[in-house]
Amino acid sequence: MLTVRIIPCLDVRGGRVVKGVKFQGLTDAGSPAELAARYEQQGADEIVMLDVSATPDERRTAFDTVRAIRGRLGIPLTVGGGVRTVEDAADLLEAGADKVSVNTAAVRDPSLVDALARRFGSQCTVVAIDAVRTETGSVEVVVASGVERVGTDAIEWATEVARRGAGEILFTSWDRDGTREGYDCEMLARVSDAVPIPVIASGGANSAEHLLQAFRAGASAALAASIFHYSETTVGAVKDYLARQGIEVRT
Amino acid sequence: MLSDVVIVPTGVANLASVRASLRRLGARSVVDADPVRARSADHVILPGVGAFGPAMQQLRSNDLGDALRERVGEGRPTLTICLGMHILCVDSEESPGVSGLGLVDASVRRYPATVRVPQFGWNRVEGPQSSGYLRSGYAYFANAYRLSRAPQGWDCAMAEHGGPFVAALERGDVVACQFHPELSGLYGAALLGRWLGQGAAC
Repeated sequence: MLTVRIIPCLDVRGGRVVKGVKFQGLTDAGSPAELAARYEQQGADEIVMLDVSATPDERRTAFDTVRAIRGRLGIPLTVGGGVRTVEDAADLLEAGADKVSVNTAAVRDPSLVDALARRFGSQCTVVAIDAVRTETGSVEVVVASGVERVGTDAIEWATEVARRGAGEILFTSWDRDGTREGYDCEMLARVSDAVPIPVIASGGANSAEHLLQAFRAGASAALAASIFHYSETTVGAVKDYLARQGIEVRT
Repeated sequence: MLSDVVIVPTGVANLASVRASLRRLGARSVVDADPVRARSADHVILPGVGAFGPAMQQLRSNDLGDALRERVGEGRPTLTICLGMHILCVDSEESPGVSGLGLVDASVRRYPATVRVPQFGWNRVEGPQSSGYLRSGYAYFANAYRLSRAPQGWDCAMAEHGGPFVAALERGDVVACQFHPELSGLYGAALLGRWLGQGAAC
């Protein structure tokens, strides 16, 4: 049976991991390649690298970072952040990404999803959706790091990108991101019920129990950053907990 | 010292991961569409990310079909990955009307709508009893199409996603994987090591 996936996320800027990492025994705590390799050893099922570079100079280093991670990583690598065109995606795949994630550019021009799926296949095409709850209880898409509401219903957008050829959806609750209150499971259940493709839960994880809730809500995978970066827990410890709760994990 | 592993291009496959996994095992690789080299090389990999029809078209236009038929027929070291496994079959629902190499007597079909498609992630593989290369363990899959029944004449590893499907096949030194050994962590690296003939990796 297919197991649930646990995906540590590395936010990278100018070739360095930006969120403070407090692992013992790392030679270079800011090295994305070293951190990715460490997570693979812990039992991570996949790695997401999110390029949060603010300047073109910083962004140019992303390809070197992807190459460096690829050299050490024996599990899948998804790269997102700043992907605007099919050519951007081609360059990242060539550098060693296995999947490319698009977000704002796809909202601006949804045909980008079709173009990526046609050129590289659905198995390389991830669409990241950032969403907030509105006063009326609906869920709306936000872009540009959460600052801009675009007036699109997030569940409808998820359905549309699946139809356009996305292979999976990385769904982030912008309300929960950074709060450590747990994933927005009600929102996750709605999106995973609405689409036939896998959904990755993101935003708000602070414990193994939060990941369990996401999987019970229908997520195929769960993304987390700080709980792993700060050594509050390890991927292995989360998997032990999930296995005890009757969820199949890769051991 | 091993000679270079020849990777036959099938279009848009993400070759960086395959090449990096070989490099970690100390093996050098070249990407080469030359059928003479595909015939003579000690080890050939047919990777596969993309669609069945365009990949077959690319193999035909490079005149690689016969070279691959010969290698697989003789059981020489040939590793095919994901779509590369489908290409060995008769045909695929992904590209109706296009013929595969017909070396595996099976048609490739889409997963049923009762499960999430594509299958993305790690699935439990049950290796065959009489295995040379294939073992049981967790392997990484990224596919929407698969073989649902074990074809005749091959040792099969099986897994489950909307019913049983073929996770990998082997015959002689030919290994055809539905999963991605290059992305399957230590399980995949060990398989690649065995296939490359590295005793220590067993």
